[in-house]
Amino acid sequence: MNYSTKQLSALVIIRVLVGWHFAYEGLAKIFNPNWSAAMYLRDSQGFFSRFFINLADSSAMPVVDLINEWGLLLIGLGLMCGAFSRIASVCGILILALYSLSHPFFIGVQYVMPVDGNYLWIDRNIIEMATLLVIFIFPTSQIIGLDRFIIKYVPKLV
Amino acid sequence: MYLNLYKMIEKDLEQNKPKETPSKSRREALKTMLTLPVVGALGVGVLKKVLKEHDLRKKRNLFAFENKPKLPQDVVGKEIRLGIIGFGIRGKQLLQGLGFVEPKVIDEMALKSKMDSKDTRLQLFREQDDLNVIINGVCDIFDPYGEAAVEAGANIHRQGTDGKMGKEPVRYRTYQELIAADDIDAVIIASPDHWHGQMTIDAALAGKHVYLEKPFTWTVPETYRVRDVVKKTGIVFQLGHQGRQTDSYIRAREIIDLGLLGKVSLIEVCTNRNTPNGAWVYPIIEGSSPDTIDWKQFEGPIEQIKEYEAYMKANKLDHFMGPDARNHFSLERFFRWRCWWDYSTGLSGDLLTHEYDAINQMLEVGIPSSVVSSGGIYVFPDGRTVPDVVQTVMEFRDKEITMLYSATQGNSRRRGKVIMGRDASLEVSSTLLMTADPASVRYEQQINEGVIKTDEPFYSYIPGSNKVDAVTSATELYFAQRGLLYTYVGGKRYDTTHLHLREWLYCIRNNQTPSCHIDASFEEAMTAHMGTRAYLEGRTMYWDKEREEITRG
Repeated sequence: MNYSTKQLSALVIIRVLVGWHFAYEGLAKIFNPNWSAAMYLRDSQGFFSRFFINLADSSAMPVVDLINEWGLLLIGLGLMCGAFSRIASVCGILILALYSLSHPFFIGVQYVMPVDGNYLWIDRNIIEMATLLVIFIFPTSQIIGLDRFIIKYVPKLV
Repeated sequence: MYLNLYKMIEKDLEQNKPKETPSKSRREALKTMLTLPVVGALGVGVLKKVLKEHDLRKKRNLFAFENKPKLPQDVVGKEIRLGIIGFGIRGKQLLQGLGFVEPKVIDEMALKSKMDSKDTRLQLFREQDDLNVIINGVCDIFDPYGEAAVEAGANIHRQGTDGKMGKEPVRYRTYQELIAADDIDAVIIASPDHWHGQMTIDAALAGKHVYLEKPFTWTVPETYRVRDVVKKTGIVFQLGHQGRQTDSYIRAREIIDLGLLGKVSLIEVCTNRNTPNGAWVYPIIEGSSPDTIDWKQFEGPIEQIKEYEAYMKANKLDHFMGPDARNHFSLERFFRWRCWWDYSTGLSGDLLTHEYDAINQMLEVGIPSSVVSSGGIYVFPDGRTVPDVVQTVMEFRDKEITMLYSATQGNSRRRGKVIMGRDASLEVSSTLLMTADPASVRYEQQINEGVIKTDEPFYSYIPGSNKVDAVTSATELYFAQRGLLYTYVGGKRYDTTHLHLREWLYCIRNNQTPSCHIDASFEEAMTAHMGTRAYLEGRTMYWDKEREEITRG
């Protein structure tokens, strides 16, 4: 990819900021010993709510929590450092898609969890998903990032 | 610094051709690690935040509890053979707490859970521990209820209508026959209030252990008799205030015992309901008639009726009796008996008792030294004689505490139990919220330092949470108060009615005394009677501690 300096700078800034957000969401959960996704899942609405609510009471919860804690952190670090950045963007999109499916902002839907903002169909998760799509389609980690180094060893993963 | 770095990148991009210069590897390294300082900044930020929170936590954590939930008793020992008297609304709930539900109700629950994924009642019921009991006898004077009780008792595998059933319990036409049965060790009484005392006396005299729904008694004189018989026979007696099993009440008592509220002077407890059902206007079952209802038995125990009528007449309270004659068959009176003093104990016996018992559990207030009440029929003028709005003020002179019970059946605003002390207020529901008083001496230093804010709770307790300290996240609290954070005991969810029955069964097997024992029941009954009498007579009722008597000063 050939980017102008401005284009490259803008793309790297987006990548690092989204990465920061992911990494801190993960860390905040890791540092809260009582955190669990169960309450959030029980508040699910929409077409897939049954799946998410059942998940909250299933034995898979420890894994779900682990993915939300360390998964978010790893995605964040990947984006910030530019390491396995494409994999990180895809994983990020997937995890955000799950959040959006469990908490869609349909007309008339109300959540127990307070929402900081006003949304109709499109919420911050969807916007962040679209941002990750941009990061995926316009990769920068091989120019500015650890992938510059990683590509030499595992080119397929970068 | 970043500007310089970007200039270097720019330069590098322009020089597309790779060159083997010494600065190339430096540039290469720079480009590879350019964003790493941001990671470092995040790390420093997180570290600072964590340290600050840790410090705040330490300062706020003024007291520590051993956070061990009270685990339900093990079900070890012989099978207990039960009989149930009364299979109305509460009777059904009690059998469910024991693990028995009519097959058609299971079908309905299954359908509901299919339609609404949040409806987990069937799952919870199926997961409820087996208490190793068998229902050998049932008794209800209304045929459909009696038949339903037989079906529920036979449903030993918790199945729907297509499932395999066990042996059907015997349906007795009178409770006297049920308690005379040899294959029954203990009885559950969920009859209307006017039958509570006599049924308990008869069951105890027959040597059966008793689980009695609240309130303890209908008349004042029978209250002494029931207590005496239960004590003399030595049966295991539990009164149905399942709040005794509520985790937050147990923890509230610890907080009070530690003196964290300072001297408590005022307690406010409430009932707010705003539906016909909440005001005891229950549905009348179509097709019911004297053929399906044994009205003679419904009328009540002879001796207690005499006591009731004697009290009403002696105090010129005839207008609170009837208005129908007792022998006059009435579907309204049968299905909505709570609306008439002829069978009921009103708000005082039905709902004040729950609130009172919760506070008695936490503070051991005992019987109030005096009680005043007022109220009226303001919301449901449907011919009832009991009030639907009641305010009762109880004085506990020895404890130097006043308790206000405030109730309406015409508004459902959520008002918790609030215990007010000089240093803090404690709001008790399924969670606990403790807020420091701005004028507190105990917390003065922390308030001045800003560690404790007086406009928000500084301690909250959510049962089932793994916490070891006093700080709860706002989100967690939010969820808990709206019932999305279930109460777990040792990793399982429990219904308090199940736990209360379970404690009673454990005490039978191990010859111990249940938490809502006979003395607590006597206190509950006398408090409710004082509230009722104060309302009916329109004057203050006093408790003569020496003579154990309600007096009028």
